[in-house]
This record gives sequence, structure tokens and C-alpha cells, in this order.
Amino acid sequence: MTTNNPERQPFLVVEPPSHWLEMRLGELWQYRDLLITLAVRDIKVRYKQTVLGIAWAVIQPLAGMVIFTLVFARMAKLPTDDIPAPVFYYAGLLAWTFFSQTVSGASQSLIEGSRLITKVYFPRIMIPASAIGYTALNMAISAVLLLFLLIYYGIMPSVTVLLLPVLALLLGMTSLGFGILIAALNVKYRDFRYVVPFLLQVWMFATPVVYPASMVPEKWRWLASLNPMAGMVNGFRACLLGKTPDWEVVSISAAVGVITLILGVAYFRRAEDEMADIL
Amino acid sequence: MTTMIEVENLGKRYYLGGQDKYYKTLRESLIRGLKRPFQKLAGICRQENEFWALRNLNFTVDQGEVVGIIGRNGAGKSTLLKLLARITRPTEGRAKLYGRVGSLLEVGTGFHPELTGWENIYLSGNLLGMTRAEVKKKFDEIVDFSGVEPFLETPVKHFSTGMYVRLGFAIAAHLEPEILLVDEVLAVGDMQFQKKCLGKMDEVSKSGRTVLFVSHNMNHIEALCSKAIVLDHSSMREYHRVVDAIHDYFSLMHSQMGERIFTHDNEQSQGRDEDVKLLKVRTVNAQSAKSDSFDQTESFFVEIVYQICQKATPAKAHFTLKSEENSFLFTASFLPENPDDFCLEPGIYCARCEIPGTFLNTGTYRIDVFFRSHQCPHDHFYVSDALAFTITEDLATNPFRVDFAGKIIGLLRPKLEWQNSCCQEQS
Repeated sequence: MTTNNPERQPFLVVEPPSHWLEMRLGELWQYRDLLITLAVRDIKVRYKQTVLGIAWAVIQPLAGMVIFTLVFARMAKLPTDDIPAPVFYYAGLLAWTFFSQTVSGASQSLIEGSRLITKVYFPRIMIPASAIGYTALNMAISAVLLLFLLIYYGIMPSVTVLLLPVLALLLGMTSLGFGILIAALNVKYRDFRYVVPFLLQVWMFATPVVYPASMVPEKWRWLASLNPMAGMVNGFRACLLGKTPDWEVVSISAAVGVITLILGVAYFRRAEDEMADIL
Repeated sequence: MTTMIEVENLGKRYYLGGQDKYYKTLRESLIRGLKRPFQKLAGICRQENEFWALRNLNFTVDQGEVVGIIGRNGAGKSTLLKLLARITRPTEGRAKLYGRVGSLLEVGTGFHPELTGWENIYLSGNLLGMTRAEVKKKFDEIVDFSGVEPFLETPVKHFSTGMYVRLGFAIAAHLEPEILLVDEVLAVGDMQFQKKCLGKMDEVSKSGRTVLFVSHNMNHIEALCSKAIVLDHSSMREYHRVVDAIHDYFSLMHSQMGERIFTHDNEQSQGRDEDVKLLKVRTVNAQSAKSDSFDQTESFFVEIVYQICQKATPAKAHFTLKSEENSFLFTASFLPENPDDFCLEPGIYCARCEIPGTFLNTGTYRIDVFFRSHQCPHDHFYVSDALAFTITEDLATNPFRVDFAGKIIGLLRPKLEWQNSCCQEQS
């Protein structure tokens, strides 16, 4: 005869989605190994069967640096805040490339991983979140080249360099926030596949990558800093190259970035119940 | 015994024409948002488009039970597993699961073709819910069970289908959830491996874990399950004797009136290569009229219509006849005159086999259809329970059955030659 202890709690209950914003963060922690495994898979797969392998991580920002130096510094004669143009562009590109690669990688990841989503349960957020592993590795590798550039141009970082880990964390959070948000939207609205490359292109010019933040007129700075990447690129560059970041811009951007991450995760957790039915 | 799964009024609704609802673009979504209030006023709902894959499901499963879930294609079997596995969420009702759930809805979950066997064990293990440490602990056992040790450093894209399947199953088999959901994964792989898998699943249930098992193969269901649920048109019937469930399932199949057409996008046709396709299986009487019921005295024909695709293939039709209780009676094989140069050009063929009258007993029989060629070590395909038919008897016309109207014991009831002579006269 079946007996059921009334105090026995179910291990889990399968129910229709409730309309609460449930983040279920505890579950994400349980699956932390999966995040690492997926990130490692991503890295391995991307470099398999490529001749240059990891060198691609350096080639991309390096090519950007050369082009920007020729076009914007030499031809258009844009100022670079008294920093040698190649270093100025390379430092900016480092942060920007990380952001744009993370966002575009994460936004396509769910469509590419649709086989997984329809066959096994795990917090789906792990898929776009794991995109950051590959881009972080790329950034770390290209940062080595930056080190050589700094030595070559004789630039000494000041004490602000100690802020770099904090900025890197904020940059990672901002990138993840947008990546996760767009990934969830992309499952439902496939328009985003076309929107994202275009958006990133426009966004780069709205961000002080090719021009210094100081070129933005004073009264519009607050508006520019609502773009979280403005503060990230500005702060990143300043800390690397021994300048003082524009604290106001950096803190507004950081706040916007963190809010985006919270909204992104909340929206994703809400949308993920439907994903297996849509993909 | 303790309850492991409690399902209450579980239901899942899908919208037909999913394209319409789901793959929407921003523009459509905006337009729909504007239209909705007007549609509501006009009383237009999407009700005609909705469809319940499952509804009003209620059952409980105790610890250590192996429950078979059977039903025709589209009856909602996979949907049920997907709901319990949390891949998709129900529209109504709930299911309480009293333990960790592991699901095996495909073999080689999450395998990436570019990664090596070794890397994929970790990847798939993590995806199925094991931590890295757990995979590590089980690693040697997994490798042992799969037998792919020499290829651990090879990307799985170079694996043969057999190796791929073995590795995939090995990982899932070493998950240790309290509840295991398995969907038709044994359909792939050779006979020997299937046996190994069945053995492993048996072991899993003996160790006190609970298994839900979906299959079209009644042999597997009968061998493994302690009870069964038949799903039919989104409703369900529960049986405590598996044989009864199988009987119910075949009475469902039975309504196909002696003919079954295969469309090749359905899961049952289990094709292992593209050389031969099964198109149709049917039973016809002496007048070539299709029927699913024959008199015990009448002879009839099993017809297998198939297509040889692309290249000439030495494929021979076989079928196995099974009784209602799932005993194998015999295998009938089409044997050409000269097996060495038997090769069919592409085209559609019909293999026809006569089953004589006064041979089978009364009752329901089923056939498995498969194609094999002696050069080819595997079956081109194997369709379990391709068709069912019934043998009946008109007692009124049989002068010998006046005193006994029950079923005569035996799987077969052949009419054999007898001699009866007197050996010694009584003096």
C-alpha cells in the first residue's frame, strides 16, 4: 500500500509558469560546473581546425588599431588625449571588442544550442552566459600585446591601475546583461539576428572608442554616460594608461550596466520556460 | 512503499500553426498587440487553433517501479516526459517529483562532434545534471561500459553510430537520479547493445530507483516494466498488468483495418540507412481485399510494400510473428533462389507471403517487419509491431466445437495429418 508521509516535501514541482519574476539564483549556483564546461567547450570548438588558432584573438584588435590610426588619427586628425594614437585605439578596442563579441556571441548562442534546449533541462541562461569564457580569454591574450605597446611607448600606469579588476568585472557584467537580454529576445523575435550587427556598429561610434570622451560637449556628457559602454571604455583606457577616469561618467555607466544585468537575468528567467516550445 | 511521482491534472496546450504564434517578428508582435483589444471585442479567439497534447493526467508512481508509457505517435508520450524533465512547462495541473530527475530523451545529449570522447563525457555528464566531481568518479565505469576506450582521444564526429550510441547511453546509465526518464533511446544500436541497455535499466530499477520508459517496442515494455500507462488522444489509462496495457495498445492499433502506411517522418520506421524504405504493410484475404480479421480456416497474405532507393541493394523482407502475450512464433524470410546474385534495382516492390488456413490459433497476432541482406551485418530497418490482426472462428459452422466453445490451448492450431488404425481387436 502506498503511504505518503504528509511532511515529505517534493524535491521539485512541475507547474505552469507563475507570473512572478523568479530569478532562482540557487539553481544557477548548482549548475556552476556546467557554466565552466560550456565555456571550455566553446573555446575548444572555436579554435579547432583553425591554423592560426589563438592568434586570431590578437589579429582582430591589432588590425582595428592600424586602421583607426591611419584613418582617424592621421587623416581625420582626431585628438587622442595626448596618448600615442596606437595605444589609445588599442586600449579602447580591447574593451569594445570584448563587449561586442560577448553580445553577438551570446545573442546567437541559444539558436545554435537549440538541440540542447529541446532535449535536456538545465538553466538555459548558462548558454548565453558561457559565451563570456571565449571573449574573456581573447581579451586576456590581446592584453599581452598591450603590455608590449605600453613598454614600447614608455607609458607608466599610475595607481589607478589597481581599479582595473573592478572595471573588468563591471565590463563583464554589462556585456553579459546585454548579451542575455538580446539572447532571450532573439529566440522570440528573430529580427535581432539582423539588428545586432547593425546595432553594435552604430553603438561603437556612440562610444568614445575612436574619439576621446573629452570631445563630447560638457552639457551632453550626462546623456553620453547613459551609454554604459561610454564609462567602461573611458574608465578602462584611463586606468590602463595612467590617467584619471571621469568618475561621474564611470559611475553612471556602471549603474546602468548593473541594472541591465539584473533586468536581463529577470527577463531571461521569465522567457526561458517558453524556449523549448519556440525553438 | 513511497510515492516518487504524483501527477495531478497535468495538461499541456500547444497552438496549431505554431509558426504563426511563435516565430514572430517584432512587426507582427506590435501589430498583434494593437489588434488584440479589437479581436476580443469581436469575440475572435484562437480557440480553434489550440490543441491539447495532454490533458487531465493523473497517476502516481512508487519507488522502484518501472512504468511503461505506450501509445500511438502523437499521443503525448514525449510531451509527458518533457514536462516531467522540465524541458517545457505545463499549461495546467502539476507534477510533484520526490527525487532528483535524470532524463534520457536522446542518446548522446549535448555531444559536440568536434570534441573528443573524453571531453564529451564531461560535457554530456554536466548537462545531464552531474557535477564535475561526480563524472570524474564514474569516468572509468562509463568508459568500461561503453567499450570505446581506444577512441577517447578521437573527436566523436569520427565515431561510428554504434560507438556514439554506446558512449551516450553509458553516460546516462551512470547518472544516479532517483527518477529516470527514458524515451525510445533503445531504438538505435544493435541487438547486443540493446540487451546490455535493458540489463542496465533493470539493474537501475532493482536498486530502488524509479523509471519512466517510453517505447514502441512491446517486447522491451514487457521485459522491463512493472506497470504501464496507455496514452490515447491526450487521455490516459493505467494498468497494473503490463499485458493488459499491451492488449489495449493493440486494440488501438487494430483500428487501422489491416493496413499501415509509413510516412518516414515518424519515429517508428527506425530506418538505419537510406537504402530501403518501408512504405506499407497490410494483410489481405484470398480476394486481395485488405482486412484485419480472418477466419481460422482461411488462408491470407501478409504484404510488405517497400522501396529500393538510389542504388541496387540485396535486401530481403522478413517478418516475425508474435502472439498477444509477446511470444515469438516464427520468422518468415523471403529466400531467393540464388542468394549471391540477389540484388534489386531501385523501384517499389511488394513482397507477399501466404499464411495458410487452419494454422494459427484464434486470437490477436502481431508482426515485426525488417529487412536484412546477408552482405550487410545490420538490418536496413526493423519495425516492431508493424501490424496486428485477429484470427476468429465461427463456432456454428464447426461440427466439432459443439461441446466446447472456449479457446483451444496453444499458440498455433495447425491441422496436422493423423492416422488412426486399430492395433488389436478386443476379442
